[in-house]
Amino acid sequence: MITSDPTASQTAGAIILHVNGEKHALTVDHRTTLLDALRERLDLTGTKKGCDHGQCGACTLLVDGRRSLACLQLAVAAEGREITTIEGVGGSGAGQGAGPGSESGGQGELHPVQQAFLEFDGFQCGYCTPGQICSAIAMIEEHAAGWPSAVTDDVHPEAAPQPLTPEEIRERMSGNLCRCGAYMSIVQAVGYAAGARHTHSGPDEGSAA
Amino acid sequence: MKEFAYRRAADVAGAVALLDADPGARFLGGGTNLVDLMKAGVESPERLIDIRELPLDGIGRTEEGGLQIGATVTNSDLAAHPEVRRRYPALTQAVLAGASGQLRNMATVGGNLLQRTRCGYFTDITQPCNKREPGSGCPAVEGEHRNAAVLGASHHCVAVHPSDMGVALAAYDAVVSYQTAEGAGELALSDFYLPVGDTPHRETALPSGALITAVTLPPAPVRSRYRKVRERASYAFAIGSVAAALEVRDGVVREVRLAYGAVASRPWRARTAEAVLRGAPADAGSFAAAADAELAAASPLTGNAYKVTLLRNLTIAVLTELAELAEPAGPTGHDQEGSAR
Ligand SMILES: Cc1cc2nc3c(=O)[nH]c(=O)nc-3n(C[C@H](O)[C@H](O)[C@H](O)COP(=O)(O)OP(=O)(O)OC[C@H]3O[C@@H](n4cnc5c(N)ncnc54)[C@H](O)[C@@H]3O)c2cc1C
Ligand code: SF4
Ligand code: FES
Ligand code: FES
Repeated sequence: MITSDPTASQTAGAIILHVNGEKHALTVDHRTTLLDALRERLDLTGTKKGCDHGQCGACTLLVDGRRSLACLQLAVAAEGREITTIEGVGGSGAGQGAGPGSESGGQGELHPVQQAFLEFDGFQCGYCTPGQICSAIAMIEEHAAGWPSAVTDDVHPEAAPQPLTPEEIRERMSGNLCRCGAYMSIVQAVGYAAGARHTHSGPDEGSAA
Repeated sequence: MKEFAYRRAADVAGAVALLDADPGARFLGGGTNLVDLMKAGVESPERLIDIRELPLDGIGRTEEGGLQIGATVTNSDLAAHPEVRRRYPALTQAVLAGASGQLRNMATVGGNLLQRTRCGYFTDITQPCNKREPGSGCPAVEGEHRNAAVLGASHHCVAVHPSDMGVALAAYDAVVSYQTAEGAGELALSDFYLPVGDTPHRETALPSGALITAVTLPPAPVRSRYRKVRERASYAFAIGSVAAALEVRDGVVREVRLAYGAVASRPWRARTAEAVLRGAPADAGSFAAAADAELAAASPLTGNAYKVTLLRNLTIAVLTELAELAEPAGPTGHDQEGSAR
């Protein structure tokens, strides 16, 4: 029907995924989502499956530095893109794969947003947390780049920058649901991490109380 | 999900040729609707042609002073673009009112226009649905139809088009450009979506195999606004929305654009209301009369009549807000309006 190219009708193929600064070669059925490839093939289970339909945000990770959903993305379509999962946002051994705005350090070093979630108890069961953290990391960068949100009064580019108020945080983070309802402390943690980035100071141990 | 082949297209001609050669093939944009529908079994393409690497991701000024938006521009990049925010603020507001930050980073302009309805019977393949399975019936008419259409529907299908972006594009008189193996073409957004009639499965006037390449906006009135009502504060589809643009001089409506979302099978341009408003006093009385004129054609079902009141109130509220912005100092405000550009 189509060309003589033998690969043209294959329904599976060999791909290379760039995840947290490392290359992974694998053969995938084209139906495999990025989420399933990470969890079931690469054993990177930090990225969670909640709804599998784009409705909860549990599978949020960074693709080329932007927050995306792994459940509505095909693994084969993610080939060639820089993928950062929750396992890679902090300091990794290779010092790579960190999200935008993070300072990579030694192995096991937490990203400031991760640190803020710990300090402010930004979770209960923790299932939504990797998605919340990946989303927040990128959201803080979006805000810093001047992107407006649906609750920004004046979207005009010359308008004064909108501070990251709790209302702004709630709107910008609305793609991440939390079944435990830990929203109050999530908003505090995100606000704190954003403020810390803004003033270029690290998280202060004493401030959580 | 059915097995499928996958190819990445490198240029527009190649993408179009790949699709043309294979009626079972579909373009893959951000995948946020298509992949979801493939999981549900509603869509089962034999081949996906990934178009995200096509050089259609730019936004630039046109010679007439409008804006041309490439089809693979992400919803996020569209909303954040300074020219869009400056001159087409209702478009930024509409896009930002839709989906979530993650989804907007993935979703493309072309995919947003072609997303399918969220009618629960359409997405459930165990149910009959004329849109998915022509001739099988429409259970929504007697069943769950709280978010169904009140304008332009037929008893064959009462589904609404879910796009927020499209409503702003309708108000701004957008034109959709496309490419087929035969050549390039364009469609005004007002002609892009087909009337429902007895063919709800035929949704757009795009020729088969067409790749949307761009959306072009002519210059627009200065003041515009999008307002969306939904069942929760964020991350939900509209139950009613309004995109409006208004120019007022000496207390009189000079120019007006009005479009409704979530009330019809397509973004609904409210031309009857616009005709009532042009030359009328820019006050709540005219706004109400205009909404009533437009909504006189509404034919709600038992469960969605609330939408008629909702749309009426939204129309008055949004136009009142724009009128106040246009002439904050009363009927002598035309100098300010001129200099506010
Ligand atoms: C949980 C959730 C909430 C959402 N909430 C909202 C909301 O509130 N408001 C709203 O407006 N939307 C909402 N959406 C829908 C979202 O905006 C759309 O899914 C998205 O815009 C589709 O774009 P895409 O690039 O991902 O399209 P895809 O899924 O890639 O494609 C959709 C269709 O368009 C075709 N296509 C794509 N690009 C082209 C092209 N250039 N030429 C020809 N055909 C093409 C594909 O073949 C497919 O048939 C929501 C989605 C989800 C999952
Ligand atoms: S309203 Fe349209 S999409 Fe929904 S069940 Fe009826 S025919 Fe199908
Ligand atoms: S698992 Fe991806 S959004 Fe819920
Ligand atoms: S902490 Fe349990 S779902 Fe959010």
